Amino acid sequence: MKATNILDPNYFHKVVDCQWACPAHTPVPEYIRLVAQQRYTEAYMINWDSNVFPGILGRTCDRPCEPACRRVRTEEKPVAICRLKRVAADHKGDITAFLPRVPVEKNGKKIALLGAGPASLAVARDLLPFGYEIDMFDQASAGGGMMRSQIPAFRLPADVLDEEVDLILNMGVNTHFDYEITSMQAMLDMNYDAYFVGTGAPRGRDLDIPGRTEVDEHISIGIDWLSSVAFGHTTNISGKVIVMGGGNTAMDCCRTSTRLGAESVTVVVRSAFEVMKASDWEKEDAMNEDIPIINNRPPKEFIHENGKLKGVLFECVTPVEENGRLKYVPSDEPDVFIEADHILMAIGQENHCPWIERDIGIEFDKWDCPILDEDTLQSTNPEIFFGGDSALGPENIIWASAHAHTAAISMHLFCQGRNVKGERPPEGVNLISQKMGIHEWSYDAEHDPSIRHIVPHAHKEASLKNIKVEVELGFDEKLGFDEAQRCLNCDVQTVFTDQLCIECDACVDICPMDCISFIDNAEESSMRPALMAPATNLEQDLYVSGHLETGRVMVKDEDVCLHCGLCAERCPTNAWDMQKSVIHIPQMGSYAE
Amino acid sequence: MTYVSKPEIHHPLLKVNEIGLNRRNYEGSVSTLCAGCGHDSVSAAIVQACSELSIPPHRFLKISGIGCSSKTPSYFLGNSHGFNSVHGRMPSVATGANLANRDMYCVGVSGDGDSASIGLGQFAHIVRRKINMLYIVDNNGTYGLTKGQFSATNDLGSTSKKGAPTLYSPIDMVSIALQIGAGFVARSFSGDKRQLVPLIKAGIMHKGFAFIDVISPCVLFNNHAGSTKSYDYVREHTEHVIDADVVLPHEEITVDYEPGTSESVNMPDGSRLHLNKLSNDYDPFDRVKALSHVQEAQERGEVVTGLLYVSRDPHDCHEILDTTDIPLNALEESVLCPGAGKLADLNQSFR
Ligand SMILES: Cc1cc2nc3c(=O)[nH]c(=O)nc-3n(C[C@H](O)[C@H](O)[C@H](O)COP(=O)(O)OP(=O)(O)OC[C@H]3O[C@@H](n4cnc5c(N)ncnc54)[C@H](O)[C@@H]3O)c2cc1C
Ligand SMILES: Cc1ncc(C[n+]2csc(CCOP(=O)(O)OP(=O)(O)O)c2C)c(N)n1
Ligand code: SF4
Ligand code: SF4
Ligand code: SF4
Ligand SMILES: [Mg+2]
Repeated sequence: MKATNILDPNYFHKVVDCQWACPAHTPVPEYIRLVAQQRYTEAYMINWDSNVFPGILGRTCDRPCEPACRRVRTEEKPVAICRLKRVAADHKGDITAFLPRVPVEKNGKKIALLGAGPASLAVARDLLPFGYEIDMFDQASAGGGMMRSQIPAFRLPADVLDEEVDLILNMGVNTHFDYEITSMQAMLDMNYDAYFVGTGAPRGRDLDIPGRTEVDEHISIGIDWLSSVAFGHTTNISGKVIVMGGGNTAMDCCRTSTRLGAESVTVVVRSAFEVMKASDWEKEDAMNEDIPIINNRPPKEFIHENGKLKGVLFECVTPVEENGRLKYVPSDEPDVFIEADHILMAIGQENHCPWIERDIGIEFDKWDCPILDEDTLQSTNPEIFFGGDSALGPENIIWASAHAHTAAISMHLFCQGRNVKGERPPEGVNLISQKMGIHEWSYDAEHDPSIRHIVPHAHKEASLKNIKVEVELGFDEKLGFDEAQRCLNCDVQTVFTDQLCIECDACVDICPMDCISFIDNAEESSMRPALMAPATNLEQDLYVSGHLETGRVMVKDEDVCLHCGLCAERCPTNAWDMQKSVIHIPQMGSYAE
Repeated sequence: MTYVSKPEIHHPLLKVNEIGLNRRNYEGSVSTLCAGCGHDSVSAAIVQACSELSIPPHRFLKISGIGCSSKTPSYFLGNSHGFNSVHGRMPSVATGANLANRDMYCVGVSGDGDSASIGLGQFAHIVRRKINMLYIVDNNGTYGLTKGQFSATNDLGSTSKKGAPTLYSPIDMVSIALQIGAGFVARSFSGDKRQLVPLIKAGIMHKGFAFIDVISPCVLFNNHAGSTKSYDYVREHTEHVIDADVVLPHEEITVDYEPGTSESVNMPDGSRLHLNKLSNDYDPFDRVKALSHVQEAQERGEVVTGLLYVSRDPHDCHEILDTTDIPLNALEESVLCPGAGKLADLNQSFR
């Protein structure tokens, strides 16, 4: 194998599994260390810079970082990364001094943001400090998009949402709320220098099975129903409720129904429990509230008597694995009938922008998604950019932030007449030694064997009565500290210097995880099984040195390294050093530095 | 010295041996030796060897004298029995322990100072007596613990860190062991676990006295240019003659050797000692030739490593002395102390 180029920004970035998995590439271990040091404000600002909504995301993020966490591979449960973000938000001090300054004198360029969801808000935050004039349009009367209209208050309290949305609006956004956009052409006629479409994926899917039209008044589309609850138009639901669907919307629908007084609530899902779209913790929370989830039951027919809904007939299927994918075959069981007075349909969302004329240069694909350049999010009409759910279909808040950073750079380059694709700020990596003296490191290297700490919940009876009572209470400072200690500091990298190594084996002997081997160089496929411990996780790289005195190479399997620094402690020549990798992710902020 | 403690957590795929233990279960406390000391690699090799042999730790005895090398028994097999004796006196204690409990696997670790200076007399006699043990000398050519004086194994002309040459000719422990009649004699290098681990396994399983001289660089006092016990010097001047490995009764030989280059010898417990010749004209069963080969190489400044000699018909102290098959601690008191009458009979028999 060729010697690893550790100056390639992606190499060590990939080792920081959580940061790599985060769409906005939040430097997770860096803020977790700050949380442990009770430096909450700094921890918050690191998050704010990367993901824009730390308080909101600390409660609601889809957390792609957690399944990626190294601790899943070394032990079992990931660090509660998301909840530590919330600790930073809950305990932070005054952040005013840390916020970017917005110039009074503008740069002469005007930008229109369509929609006031997280994607548009994050674009505004990125561009305002550079003197852009920003106009934001939304049909709703307040900013926040689906964070306000969909996510129930028992998961995201209004004050947390308001704080982070207002922070951006108060940077000087010209808001045009209660403004329904009915024509893109009309927007183009207003002659902005660039446009950002952040209008989300607002249409909930419907289901066309027998009886659908007859029982129309007993059926609500999940996301429409949730927003009418959010805006106070719907305050109760009575009788027996069936929620159809297995995603997060279904989980929010069922938990909201329980709180609004339903006599009974049942979630029915066509697929198997394991493959449900809802996150594990959403499923757990629903089940903790005693809501049954019934799987492998595709709906067949709405049963009614003269337009009065009686219930739903479901088919029974069995999942069988075929080529690693689940297929459903009819089982021997007879169809089941489940009584219902009301159905909440939560079977997916789609893009829908009928107000964008199809003859203004924006091309759409066959799924009605705009055709975009993935690196720039520019549409086929060069002055129009997309981001968030409207860009690639329904995702989540953290993807909306990540898109916003990409689009903001593109719009900046576009407005400055520069090449949107070719002149983007580069990624980079800095390595900083953490050695403070003999046996002294500037991070807490010791491995903490404790298991994931559980987040305390509000009293169940109280929270089921009131939709505004937040269920999760968050970690207090003590629990936050304890959980922060579980972080393995994966950004403190093991850096190897070939010329210094005397091949004494001390690092091999001390490494608790058998990461390090000195062997004859070969093809990757023949080296992987021949290492101290077989390197079976192909997604994790091997760190290969240049040739050493004996002709061998040092090979380190990054897979389960604890970043404990024992190799560097035991190395007599400092051939190993623990160095913090600071990854530079391109963002508008890159121009400020 | 390491301040971050080694955590218990281990690689998820770490294998367990026949008695359900993994390699990490055979470790001791974290070493307090200098980082990079060869002795730590020898300890790691012992850990690996014992784990691969599935030795029950409670049946393992580790024993040593004084020196950095003699400290190392603390750093392997933490759950076994040990005795850290006085300088150069490990052989006496090992002899007593061995006679008292013949069921123990006994491994002694000593240094070149401990065995070739103050303990040379003791060493010679434990070889003669064929005590059933593996005796390892961590040979670094220096007194590490007392801050780097030349030891008796240091080669003539090999220099100190400041450039002063050694004035006396060296004692070669391998030659002494061969000459006095050890049944198993090997030399290895702490930086070559591929060779060392199988040798340790073979030495532990050998019946009678097994000796391994492990060149084990002292990073602090004897690892400079000018030293003949440095990592670089040893790597450049090694002649590797015979590879040995223990094939346990249930195992098969998996490596393909070129015809005529390998041979197996049966061992008392049903396992086989498998030998692979890396040098054509070397005969590991010929003690006298082995001795001259080692000495000729030494004249040229070469270090011969591998299994240098093994007896086809090994004996141990228990056989020579015709001791009881049952370890003394398992004998009933009436058998162990048969009383004044028996003593009188015994005395009578000498009259
Ligand atoms: C029930 C539910 C729960 C969810 N829970 C989570 C969660 O816990 N965590 C998470 O990360 N994500 C969650 N999501 C997804 C998340 O809300 C979205 O991915 C995210 O809000 C998308 O942001 P956006 O800025 O692209 O669009 P949106 O948030 O959808 O905002 C679009 C805005 O555009 C406005 N708009 C649209 N069309 C027009 C028009 N023609 N004229 C004027 N204004 C218009 C809308 O009013 C809206 O304010 C959830 C989604 C749903 C449906
Ligand atoms: C009776 C006695 N004499 C002298 C000493 C001092 N002393 C301690 S260790 C040592 C030499 C150790 O050398 P070696 O056995 O080679 O061990 P190393 O530290 O090199 O591994 C000496 C002379 C002692 N402890 N006891
Ligand atoms: S930091 Fe070094 S010693 Fe610790 S697990 Fe990683 S490679 Fe092993
Ligand atoms: S401890 Fe240092 S010098 Fe020794 S093998 Fe490891 S990297 Fe090389
Ligand atoms: S002084 Fe030498 S022998 Fe002793 S621990 Fe240090 S390196 Fe090893
Ligand atoms: Mg010594």
